[in-house]
Amino acid sequence: MTLTAVNSTKNSESMQNQELFVYNTKNLNLWYGDHHALKNINLGIKEKDVTAIIGPSGCGKSTYIKTLNRMIDLVPGVKTNGTIEYRERDIFSKNFLVEELRTRVGMVFQKPNPFPKSIYENIAFGLKIHGIKNKQIINETVEKSLRGAALWDEVKDRLHEPAYGLSGGQQQRLCIARCLALEPDVILMDEPTSALDPVSTLKVEELIQELKEKYSIIIVTHNMQQAARISDKTAFFLNGEVVEFDATDTIFNSPADSRTDDYISGRFG
Amino acid sequence: MENTTRVKSEEMIGRIDGRLMKNKVIKGIFLTATAFTSIILIVLLYRIISQGAPYLSWDFFQNFASRRPEQAGIKAAVIGTLWMMSVVIPTAAILGVGTAIYLEEYAKKNALTRWIQMNISNLAGVPSVVFGLLGLTIFVRVFGFGNSVLAAGFTMALLVLPVVIVASQEAIRAVPNELKEASFGLGATKWQTIYRVVLPYAIPGIATGSILAFSRAIGETAPLIVVGIPTFVAFLPSGYLDSFTALPMQIYNWTSRPQVDFHNLAAAGIIILLGVLILMNSVAVWIRNRYQAR
Repeated sequence: MTLTAVNSTKNSESMQNQELFVYNTKNLNLWYGDHHALKNINLGIKEKDVTAIIGPSGCGKSTYIKTLNRMIDLVPGVKTNGTIEYRERDIFSKNFLVEELRTRVGMVFQKPNPFPKSIYENIAFGLKIHGIKNKQIINETVEKSLRGAALWDEVKDRLHEPAYGLSGGQQQRLCIARCLALEPDVILMDEPTSALDPVSTLKVEELIQELKEKYSIIIVTHNMQQAARISDKTAFFLNGEVVEFDATDTIFNSPADSRTDDYISGRFG
Repeated sequence: MENTTRVKSEEMIGRIDGRLMKNKVIKGIFLTATAFTSIILIVLLYRIISQGAPYLSWDFFQNFASRRPEQAGIKAAVIGTLWMMSVVIPTAAILGVGTAIYLEEYAKKNALTRWIQMNISNLAGVPSVVFGLLGLTIFVRVFGFGNSVLAAGFTMALLVLPVVIVASQEAIRAVPNELKEASFGLGATKWQTIYRVVLPYAIPGIATGSILAFSRAIGETAPLIVVGIPTFVAFLPSGYLDSFTALPMQIYNWTSRPQVDFHNLAAAGIIILLGVLILMNSVAVWIRNRYQAR
């Protein structure tokens, strides 16, 4: 395998032997103080896949997704060992600035969290912190991002009104648009629909289907039907361990591990 | 057997009258407390206004201190207070908000931080005379500012600093974590998050708390006496190292004169002081409403 092949474009099909991972987690352990929250995680997450992470409360799925863009750093007293490679670069390395990582990897949170600013300013925020001041570029990006998040038609006439005036589902799509403005490579979603009603949930799910054309998506979800509907691959977490990671069809139809079977058939969790 | 332990709804309904009675009594106690406070306030205001209002005239604002009550005015004190506040507000705001940001956003939550935190809270309760003594030692003597605007302004800034810090910390702590996460999640640095997310959200709280603290600096007398601010002043300061007098000093001086006319002048001075305080509190309310409108 030559270097040029490794660096070749995303759509290259010359990579039959070496799978192209956006994220490769190797022997990751994480502790909150004395609590061993993630145990020896090994996961290779493929580009342009929708990867769902499922598991009961407290299984470490949220912790894991927050580690992927190092939001976990904000929690005091967290220790990790092992590595997570993002496109073959160790995210814990000193040479990989956390600001760069979070620019390349967007995140959508459990509760919609737009800034108390206008819809327009919410999208422009990301550009402004990265030093983009050109009005025209910002205007175009705002429109493009809102279109990308299937929100443009609903808000185009009130871009300068407060984002808090939007419904919960619209706010969450605004948060997705805010991510898209930075042209991320990966989008992490931490239970993005858990605070939404069924109709808004459906819209976000449809949006995820569209987004997977361009982005790699990793989604933590409580809702197993959701994982089955939208994901290509599913990882089942239990007590801080990955019990099973496979194609979503396999996980839901013929899981290899009996615990996975118990969980998806609703016997616990 | 179970019937003996089961609660009886008839019995409970029978108690409703007693509970409602208690409800009424409690409400009455709170109402009395409020009425008591209001009445005292009204009496106080009535006395001061009826005593001082006749003395409020254009001349009162225009004249300096005088031995003759009919010629005495409050000009030096009003202007002096403004000079002093022009030192107090920026000094206390910059130091106070800076400290609050550091403690809330940067400092590790360890024993040292908690110790500093506890001392700041305690400082808020230290008598103002003690701050006067500190100001006398450091600003008047060591730095050689004399009994100037700068010495008094710095002393008052120190006096209100703990309140500004605590109020700002509370405002900063009230910023929802989700908003900070949103900012960090987009690759913002800590300073960008503070500047663009934390401060805009916290400013109404910071401003309200700080302005109430600044009002205290306008009304305090003790530190000014200790720092050696004169009371009989017939000139305006032309620089920060000049001597001056302030509103509470002037009022204090007039009340300690034997002549009744001077007591009435003091009442007029108090009306002015109250006016300034109301003005500042209005600014606090205005800032809060303005920022919350978004």
